[in-house]
Amino acid sequence: MTNPGTKLRVEDKLYQNRYLVDSGRPHIKVRPHKQPSANLLALTRVCPAKCYELNDKGQVEITADGCMECGTCRILCETSGEIEWNYPRGGFGVLFKFG
Amino acid sequence: MQMIKEEFDAIVIGAGMSGNAAAYTMASDGLKVLQLERGEYPGSKNVQGAIMYANMLEKIVPDFRDDAPLERHLVEQRLWVMDETSHTGIHYRSDDFNEVKPNRYTIIRAQFDKWFSRRVRGAGATVLCETTVTELVRDAKGKVIGVRTDRAGGAIYADVVVLAEGVCGLLGTRGGLRKMLKPEAVALAVKEMHFLPEEVIEQRFGVKGSEGCVIEAVGTISNGMAGLGFLYTNKESISLGIGCLVSDFAAKMESPYALLDALKNHPSIRPLIAGSEVKEYAAHLIPEGGYKAIPQLFGDGWVVVGDAAQLNNAVHREGSNLAMTSGRIAAEAIIQVKRRNDPMTKRNLALYKTMLDKSFVVKDLRKYKDMPALLHTNARNFFTTYPRLMSQAAQNFMRVDGTPKIEKEKATTAAFIKARSRLGLVSDAIRLALAWR
Repeated sequence: MTNPGTKLRVEDKLYQNRYLVDSGRPHIKVRPHKQPSANLLALTRVCPAKCYELNDKGQVEITADGCMECGTCRILCETSGEIEWNYPRGGFGVLFKFG
Repeated sequence: MQMIKEEFDAIVIGAGMSGNAAAYTMASDGLKVLQLERGEYPGSKNVQGAIMYANMLEKIVPDFRDDAPLERHLVEQRLWVMDETSHTGIHYRSDDFNEVKPNRYTIIRAQFDKWFSRRVRGAGATVLCETTVTELVRDAKGKVIGVRTDRAGGAIYADVVVLAEGVCGLLGTRGGLRKMLKPEAVALAVKEMHFLPEEVIEQRFGVKGSEGCVIEAVGTISNGMAGLGFLYTNKESISLGIGCLVSDFAAKMESPYALLDALKNHPSIRPLIAGSEVKEYAAHLIPEGGYKAIPQLFGDGWVVVGDAAQLNNAVHREGSNLAMTSGRIAAEAIIQVKRRNDPMTKRNLALYKTMLDKSFVVKDLRKYKDMPALLHTNARNFFTTYPRLMSQAAQNFMRVDGTPKIEKEKATTAAFIKARSRLGLVSDAIRLALAWR
């Protein structure tokens, strides 16, 4: 399990990366829900960019700006319909300088 | 560019290893090739460790050493088994690897892919970046006849579509060509690029010039999950990362960046990266399902290559060489079908699978067909219990403290039996041997 200091560190990590954010057109959406499934809840920990967070109602929300387009959340939650996942439009999203 | 009216011999989706290999091979043979890449430039979406194997690239671009951006040629490989404070290792270093045409190089993918793409363009293919393919276009009989993209304009048509779309394989899974990846058949890897002066890397790893060293490690670093840590030396940077199965990450609610930070702080790793400047953090999936996860590889008007076809050898940590070889072989099959003036039907494109089955790609994956299941179901034993036991045994052997040697040996044996039982030890050994066979 992660410690409370981790959030800060992953934001520091993402700060190194280059992104071209497609404002107002997020490429991943979370289906409205009352309670998240185990897999959806797991994304709050497993997403390597920490895009998924719990709101104060215990629901999972996404801010995809730091997304590295790895597809982990799609593997875990697309089949159940809990998330809708697409690649960003051409040219948008993460731009790896090194990869 | 708004509309592409012309029709192509082949459309290649993706400009990674497999896509570039396919596009280069077909364009070099005179086929009219369109390659579509969603990134700003080829490589901008691609992530790899990365080690590149020369033989497979030589088969495609024989003179690649003239201008490809290669980091270091490997002279030393370290395989480590780690617990919380130690590592036990096998190191192999040989001056034989200082050869005129070295066998393995570290590369930086974004730069390498840009180079490969220049060669693809040089061979005559049209490469269109910042273009996400949104859909495969089919005729009334279901044959794939082209693609639709997120650019303005209509469909683009071709005789055959090469799906080199990477591990996520969005088009293939959405188009019903293959099933969605299972969480236990795919790993999530995260890595950082640590920059250090060239001479510091040379001193720390005992290498000179363009010599390089890599470390690959299993053990408690993956926190009980099936996983692998790696450290690769580049010219002026170190690629440091760790990957574990997605199913394990989800079950344990583990954060990949927490694992990576723990790896960075491990007493065996920390001094190697001390003082470095981190310039990028990346994440990517790796197909781990092996032979049994290989999907349908061809159909009416399409073939699938590389990571999208799950062609990755997890045991030997080889992926990009399987990718580029599958791209080349798919291209060669397409060229043969075209030369005969035959249509790109499922029946004719079966040649790709026939050729791939005869290559090292499928032969290697078949050899280890039972390994993914074994490592997945025994993650805790293979990635935590045994590494700890091995470390204790090594320390017991090394430490001189006045305990009679016979007692030390007995203690080591007892620790193994206590942890796994006699039957467990024998059974693990047999299952591992069978899966390796």
